[in-house]
Amino acid sequence: MTHSQKTPLHRPAPHESCYLHVKGEARYVHDVPPPPGLLHAALVTSPVAHGRIVELDVSAARALPRVHAVLTAADVPGVNDCSAVIADEPLLADGEVHCCGQAIAVVVAESLADCRAAVAAVKLRVEALPAIFSSREAVAAGSYMNGVHIIERGDVQGALARCALRFSGEIETSGQEHFYLETHAALVLPEEGGTYKITSSTQHPSEVQANVAKVLGIPRNRIVVEVLRMGGGFGGKETQGAHLAAWAALAARHTGRPVECWMNRDQDMLFSGKRHPWYSRYEAGFDAHGVLQALDVFTVPNGGWSNDLSRAILDRCLFHIDNAYFIPHVRFEGRIARTNRPSNTAFRGFGAPQGVMIVEEVFNRAAEALGLDPAELRSRSFYRDDEEHNRTPYDFPLPGPRSQRIHEELMESSEYVARREALEAFNQRSPLVKRGIGYQPLKFGVSFTHSMLNQAGALVLIYSDGSVQLNHGGTEMGQGLHTKMMAVCAHELGVPMGRIRAMNTATDKVPNTSATAASAGTDLNGAAVHAACVTLLARLRPVAAKVLGVDVARAPDIAFADGQVYIPGESYETSFDAVVRRAYEDQVSLSSTGYYRTPNIKYDASIGRGKPFHYYAYGAAVSEVEVNLLTGEHRVLRTDILHDVGDSLVPSIDRGQIEGAFVQGLGWLSCEELVWNDKGFLLTHSPDSYKIPTIGNMPTDFRVELLQQATQPDVIHGSKAVGEPPFLLAISMVTALRHALASVRPGAAIELKVPCTPEAVLREIERLREAVTVQERQHELTT
Amino acid sequence: MNALRFYVNDHLVEESAVSPTTTLLYYLREKLGLFATKEGCNEGDCGACTVAIVDAMAPGGPKFRAINSCLVLLPMVQGKRVYTAEGLATGDDLHEVQKRLAEGFGSQCGYCTPGVVMSMFEAAYREDLDEDWKLDDQMCGNLCRCTGYKPIYDATREVAGTRPEGRFRDVLEKAEASPMTLTYEHGAQRYFTPDSFEALWDVLEDHPTARLVSGGTDLSLEVSKQFKILPLLVSVEGLDALRRLAVDGDTLFIGATARLADVEDVTAERWQPIHRMLRFFGARQIKNRATIGGNLCTASPIGDMGPILVALGATAHLGSREGSRSMSVQDFLVGYRQTALQPSEILTHVTVPAIPATARCVAYKVSKRQELDISAVSAGLYVELDEANTVTLARLSFGGLSARPATRAAQAERALVGAQWTLESVERAAQSLKEDFNPISDHRGSSWYRSMVASNLLRGFFHETASGAVPALPYRPTATVNSFAGR
Ligand SMILES: Cc1cc2nc3c(=O)[nH]c(=O)nc-3n(C[C@H](O)[C@H](O)[C@H](O)COP(=O)(O)OP(=O)(O)OC[C@H]3O[C@@H](n4cnc5c(N)ncnc54)[C@H](O)[C@@H]3O)c2cc1C
Ligand code: FES
Ligand code: FES
Repeated sequence: MTHSQKTPLHRPAPHESCYLHVKGEARYVHDVPPPPGLLHAALVTSPVAHGRIVELDVSAARALPRVHAVLTAADVPGVNDCSAVIADEPLLADGEVHCCGQAIAVVVAESLADCRAAVAAVKLRVEALPAIFSSREAVAAGSYMNGVHIIERGDVQGALARCALRFSGEIETSGQEHFYLETHAALVLPEEGGTYKITSSTQHPSEVQANVAKVLGIPRNRIVVEVLRMGGGFGGKETQGAHLAAWAALAARHTGRPVECWMNRDQDMLFSGKRHPWYSRYEAGFDAHGVLQALDVFTVPNGGWSNDLSRAILDRCLFHIDNAYFIPHVRFEGRIARTNRPSNTAFRGFGAPQGVMIVEEVFNRAAEALGLDPAELRSRSFYRDDEEHNRTPYDFPLPGPRSQRIHEELMESSEYVARREALEAFNQRSPLVKRGIGYQPLKFGVSFTHSMLNQAGALVLIYSDGSVQLNHGGTEMGQGLHTKMMAVCAHELGVPMGRIRAMNTATDKVPNTSATAASAGTDLNGAAVHAACVTLLARLRPVAAKVLGVDVARAPDIAFADGQVYIPGESYETSFDAVVRRAYEDQVSLSSTGYYRTPNIKYDASIGRGKPFHYYAYGAAVSEVEVNLLTGEHRVLRTDILHDVGDSLVPSIDRGQIEGAFVQGLGWLSCEELVWNDKGFLLTHSPDSYKIPTIGNMPTDFRVELLQQATQPDVIHGSKAVGEPPFLLAISMVTALRHALASVRPGAAIELKVPCTPEAVLREIERLREAVTVQERQHELTT
Repeated sequence: MNALRFYVNDHLVEESAVSPTTTLLYYLREKLGLFATKEGCNEGDCGACTVAIVDAMAPGGPKFRAINSCLVLLPMVQGKRVYTAEGLATGDDLHEVQKRLAEGFGSQCGYCTPGVVMSMFEAAYREDLDEDWKLDDQMCGNLCRCTGYKPIYDATREVAGTRPEGRFRDVLEKAEASPMTLTYEHGAQRYFTPDSFEALWDVLEDHPTARLVSGGTDLSLEVSKQFKILPLLVSVEGLDALRRLAVDGDTLFIGATARLADVEDVTAERWQPIHRMLRFFGARQIKNRATIGGNLCTASPIGDMGPILVALGATAHLGSREGSRSMSVQDFLVGYRQTALQPSEILTHVTVPAIPATARCVAYKVSKRQELDISAVSAGLYVELDEANTVTLARLSFGGLSARPATRAAQAERALVGAQWTLESVERAAQSLKEDFNPISDHRGSSWYRSMVASNLLRGFFHETASGAVPALPYRPTATVNSFAGR
């Protein structure tokens, strides 16, 4: 093996913390050994979905033993706001409450049991006001926030009028609880001189820092936020972790003692926002060749009571309604419903899954109406690599769309056509069990659509023994970001992975970071790490020349790989450690920052035009399901995925992201059902009643392949983002279910609702049994 | 009064300064500083808190059992060995299950991982994980939101039943049953585990408000979720006689404290419908603690053992100082959370008669998620046929359709008895079934769904048993009702 082959890049590697995980040594916020004097913070929350606080008397609670403080809005020294984008989220309710579970007061006590006693002792009376819960209700009431976003091209109404097949409809998709296994937590240590050290389970330490500074009314430099790792985030810890840190910081400020704010599962699920439930109306038209020509969509996410990230989520939805399809005439209009639910927030896919569901519903209905294979029908409308078929609705030309290529490869490897035929034959023979197959392509834009956020920093420290500390702005939540960053760093510096330690993410190492989100963590931070390493190597090369005893002019020829430093093909060789030691002796700086910003991202929402993404990820899946017609229960028998991650930085990590995202998507579309009572209280607030997939829900035969020869230009080592896109592939399950149900009554229109719980499926089975098919109606008319 | 004594990762723990309702999870984390074991729900539904104990009294010899530490109160591990993810490595050498999981890419965020490791640990020493569905069953109590489970499944498959060399084999070989008997007090709270019936009757008579506890998978929720302070708990786990699980000729004897995991084993052949119900019951960790006594005495309308035991015509045996009495399980389950137990009386065991060759019997459980979920509908369906294919006896018992547990569908039964066992009469019975029940709607299922499914299960029952054989289920059946037979 030559030295240069010894890079850790593009090779499978276990998660950087895997040995700590399996030994149980990996620490999360709630596992930090309690510092002396630790107090606990818990919340008094709103019992109603919308109301006016008419009495809030905390005196009895304050008087309890072991209770150190009970804090209300009046006790906030700075600004009573803990929001992400628009300042509309009071940290503690003041006067009015807008959802069940909204925080009204913080109790601070010596144990959680003491906290419970204190919460119970708070006298709270809230006068209920009328509440709005769904997007539909909000549309009817005109309850919106944050303006309108319209993306429009061509002449939708004119085109619709010319279409051979034209239909309209409504589609609703449901919310989804993140169900990160680690619930929200933050630990705040007051330190000398009015400074604070915060350990937070957050995807966005800089925002935690900013919000705490705002709430306490102090400059940000007095606060250090550190993230050890998260026990899952999935978007749920992008904005909403800040609240816990702010409550705990407020408590620490008032008591002068360390305070932990940790939520148990029920508290977490009741408090936190979820994936936006979504309501859409659409009208679609296909030409005589079965090509989608026009799509008119009015779409309304349920934002909950405050903005949070809803605007960016709506934007991403609009950017993805087209999915992999070129649609000549479009009008996509989106508005955000303001409702009395917890504020809905980021969740893997960030609006894209909901947007894509609209166009996939359109294709499914069209295929069923035309009696065509929905996979084939979809492929007729793919973006193509020519000027006539490559422009997105926001009029940006897609560079080299990969949908067709992936489609062809996957159709073949999954034997889609043959299996589809075999399934239909099976269904003829099988009265009580039906099978179906579904295909789902995807295109996913990568970048923060708000261009400012596309920047990242890194700080690489080399110690004089040759060991390396790696800091970057991204947070680790299981997605393997640190592993990938270590691979980039090890590759760049030419040292083994084992020489690098990925440090906890901290705001005193890299300032002003963006959230680890939008699947962009690797792209942004990887490029920043790369930049830092390039700087360091530029300093080390001349030193290496000295150590090797060659002329400094030969410095560019020197290779660094796997801890060795040498000139390829020549006998000069030394070690990285020796070069580093010499650099120290020669007074050469061994630390460097690195910085990266994504070039050329510009989008103007007022006209719906621009380039919101740096590039696009592609993929496709084929799923086969089986449905039991007696109970509506169903199961994915097999899933084949072909996914485009560019040249995978660490293929084992990417594969894990694809599998995990897919199964999470299955959960969203099948067993995960949020049920609220008519007062706006969440009934399914624990895993007893909220069912995420278990091991038996993974496809029985699960085949995941990475697209080969897929180098992505201008991204770190030719790779692509992977965190969110494969979530969308789970929609293949819905299409497969529809295929299965089609055999219950061939020709009848299917109205399957999501999530496809056994009950939802059985309802559709029974509806179909009663439904009269088009053919039957014609038959009736003619006889 | 005794101190609590048990071992954690081979270190002796002696404790007398905590409440007897302290959960093992809380104790490990807050008192022992062992943070590997996580709280993901505190209700037995996520598996993040999974630890292993040595069950020295398990049928067939000592076993490791994965259990939910969030539902275990400290006195329940009296005298036992507890292992957590921190305790598996020997020096720098990881346990085989840890190695396989780590190197097989089985951890992402790592939060579920220590619990997953402990379930895999049990799997490594189980010798009966010979079928794929048992691997699912072994692991379905461990939720993982990151991986999509494939690497966890693959790693478990690799280690299952391998009984890795090393000190844990010795632990099993040397395991000796230590008495569970205990009297523990702290503040105003007491926990009592008698080892004789005399002592049990004494305490029950002296303290009419005492709460009985068996595996605790139901009762502990009052502590872990409702934060109740229970003044006096009396455990029946220390009474050897109640643990008996045996086949006596044609009768299955299930002691009140027999673990459902063991009941599952013993019913695999001759009482296959019970076995089949247990396949969809809770998760491995739950079944490793839960008992038949606890299940029946909770008298929950969604309890799963009631319907199948009623269908099989099982008998409940009750004991008190006055002696013993028995009645059908059906009569035992009087109403919503109500049994025929008198004060100071306990359930001692359940007997189940053999299933005659002339009978057809299946158990079904339908829920939103097939694994580790509470039933929307559960059913025990039983008919006996004569040579002329006439139904001579029908017991159709349902959970989830009414407030009373394991209710018989009287009208549907009437429609069947005396009729030919044909699709037509089943269809009539399925129609009558709609009149038998008026189920509630809740987050587990609407009234419409429950009714519809109940009728359809009856139809499925007919299809499945048409061939007469005891119907078995394939790996990962799409539904608990195996409709292939009806093809
Ligand atoms: C995560 C989870 C999943 C579950 N899944 C299922 C499921 O799928 N199906 C299902 O039916 N149940 C399920 N349960 C409920 C519960 O596990 C079972 O009902 C179990 O069988 C209870 O047994 P136990 O020994 O743990 O009961 P315990 O909690 O010990 O006792 C329950 C009640 O019975 C009384 N009791 C116990 N033994 C006796 C006795 N011998 N004499 C008199 N009274 C007695 C106790 O006083 C107590 O009130 C689940 C529970 C959890 C937490
Ligand atoms: S904490 Fe979830 S099962 Fe115990
Ligand atoms: S690895 Fe994150 S929950 Fe399993």
